[in-house]
Amino acid sequence: MPPIKRTKFKLAPEQLLEMFYWLKLIRAFDERLSILVKQGQVRSGVYTGIGQEAIIVGTCFGLRKEDFICPLHRDLGSFLMKGVEARVMMSQMFAKTTGLSKGRDSALHSGVTELGIFGNTSMLGANLPIAAGLGYTFKMEKVDNVVVAYFGEGASNTGDFHEALNFAGVQQLPIVFICENNQYAYSVPLEKSMAIDDVAIRAEGYGFDGVAINGNDVLAVYQASLGAIARARAGDGPTLIECKTYRWHGHSEHDKAFYRTDEELAMWKSRDPIPTFTTYLRARHVLDDDKQKAIEERITTTIDDAVEFALNAPDPAPEDAVTDLYA
Amino acid sequence: MSKELSYLEAIREALAEEMRRDPKVFVLGEDVGPYGGAFGVTQGLYDEFGEMRVVDTPISESAIIGVSIGAALRGYRPVAEMQFADFISCGFDQIVNQAATLRYRYGGRASVPIVVRAPSGGNVGGGLYHSQNPEAWFIHRPGLKVVAPSTAWDAKGLLKAAIRDDNPVVFLEHKYLYRRAKGPVPEGDEIVPIGVAATRREGADATLLTYGAMVTPSLEAADRLAKEGVEVEVIDLRTLMPFDKAAIFASLDKTNRVLVVHEDVKTLGLGAELSAVIMEEKFDALDAPVLRVTYPDTHAPFSHVLEAFNLPNTDKITAALRTLVAY
Repeated sequence: MPPIKRTKFKLAPEQLLEMFYWLKLIRAFDERLSILVKQGQVRSGVYTGIGQEAIIVGTCFGLRKEDFICPLHRDLGSFLMKGVEARVMMSQMFAKTTGLSKGRDSALHSGVTELGIFGNTSMLGANLPIAAGLGYTFKMEKVDNVVVAYFGEGASNTGDFHEALNFAGVQQLPIVFICENNQYAYSVPLEKSMAIDDVAIRAEGYGFDGVAINGNDVLAVYQASLGAIARARAGDGPTLIECKTYRWHGHSEHDKAFYRTDEELAMWKSRDPIPTFTTYLRARHVLDDDKQKAIEERITTTIDDAVEFALNAPDPAPEDAVTDLYA
Repeated sequence: MSKELSYLEAIREALAEEMRRDPKVFVLGEDVGPYGGAFGVTQGLYDEFGEMRVVDTPISESAIIGVSIGAALRGYRPVAEMQFADFISCGFDQIVNQAATLRYRYGGRASVPIVVRAPSGGNVGGGLYHSQNPEAWFIHRPGLKVVAPSTAWDAKGLLKAAIRDDNPVVFLEHKYLYRRAKGPVPEGDEIVPIGVAATRREGADATLLTYGAMVTPSLEAADRLAKEGVEVEVIDLRTLMPFDKAAIFASLDKTNRVLVVHEDVKTLGLGAELSAVIMEEKFDALDAPVLRVTYPDTHAPFSHVLEAFNLPNTDKITAALRTLVAY
């Protein structure tokens, strides 16, 4: 196996434009949610991934429907890329019956098994043992589907992280573990939550490879995950990819993030994954003004429609607070 | 047709029969493989079903349950073994926050058909961490079912029912009964339905509600009362959540007096809930307050002298029954 960072790949112009579309859509979706929660139209539960979009786009791009993702709370975009309609995700945030949980919970605490999406709880890292279980079924069935499991650097300090990665290593499960290292666990900076620089080296303790990459470069993320996914599909076990990134907003929309400096934020904003990729596409004549305008209009239409749909969707019936507890 | 088996053998037979019947059933836990489990429950399963379906795991209770949930989402019916019920607290989050809530937060579009087997209870000199009765923790969490058989017959039939149930089931098998409780077990595929109590002894003067290892001393106490001309109806609840309210109320209508006996501690044990439900819904049927014989609010000590002081027994139950009928 070659190092996953050097996995060879070639993307057609349409595929590159699709990546561009997803980056922009996910950014715009989170930005709209940020406004809606400030307006009081969405009650809470908004944990944006603004600044981190390249990780989702790079890892989800090209996944099969049968592959499973186990996203973390900032990964709304992964739901969209795996096939959940924007209307449904917006309804989920508005706590409407047309959302995934029918108003029972907000954000990403719901999933769609048929689309290969597991929705976690608020217990960060608790999705990882479940990812191991999903991966174990693929191993039992001898099929070459994979699980992509996401966690923050903060969640890598939980017992569940250790138990899950250890189990995955022992069983050589087809899982790609994606660490979104955005430098802060809520307010606690990296150096106060771990005594190492790279989460990636933790993989060595579980007997598989870990690699740290630039999480703001969508093609770097795509290349690394392509290699790790190929390894998993071939039965060669798990990989840990640590994507270095930064969240622009606070932990949630009510967090003013006073624990960090304006300079630090400005430095990371200069590494915004979207302009970087835009420049790349324009330099290769994949993207021009007309194409960009068309994509941006499509995104605005999609989000306006989703908000309109969610606003007009019915609230749950009060008595649905006590249904769907048992099958 | 029936045959004589121990409680432990009955559990093993249920596992083997369900694994033969349904290839989606598999077992996982610590030492369940070639060793056959700490108590020997899974002996022989590894040889018959192989390492993929009889999975030796690391000491990782959270992963054992999380892996089970992940597999259940893909249509499997995992049976997770906790080596001792005391260790279930290490996997608590996966049970109460993941498994118990999943259907609710998925808007009713998914279910988690897992069984968590947990050897519970004392009177074996196990001390603080090999004697616990954790049923109340799980009865208190909506979305879970809790069963606790007292006979070999029920152990087999209820485990089959639990495996086929589409909800997460905590299956409390009392370790004192493993080799002491022997009795007839049906040959072949007979189910003991979840949610249905069994009347172990009929009587018109008082109702005794109990389960697990407390059934035998309760019946002994009832026999003593019979010599004094008092007929006690002994109901083995078998399922603790959802408990069989209809059976309890029917007996209460006949006897107008209730004693609850359980090995779990008193405060907020199942007896507290049963007493409250009876008071709320059947106040007019009562000729006496609902009484309880339980473990005191303390830990399970190692010394035989100390443990015997704590455990409910025939004498304590007899005394409580006399108080109840004299009220």
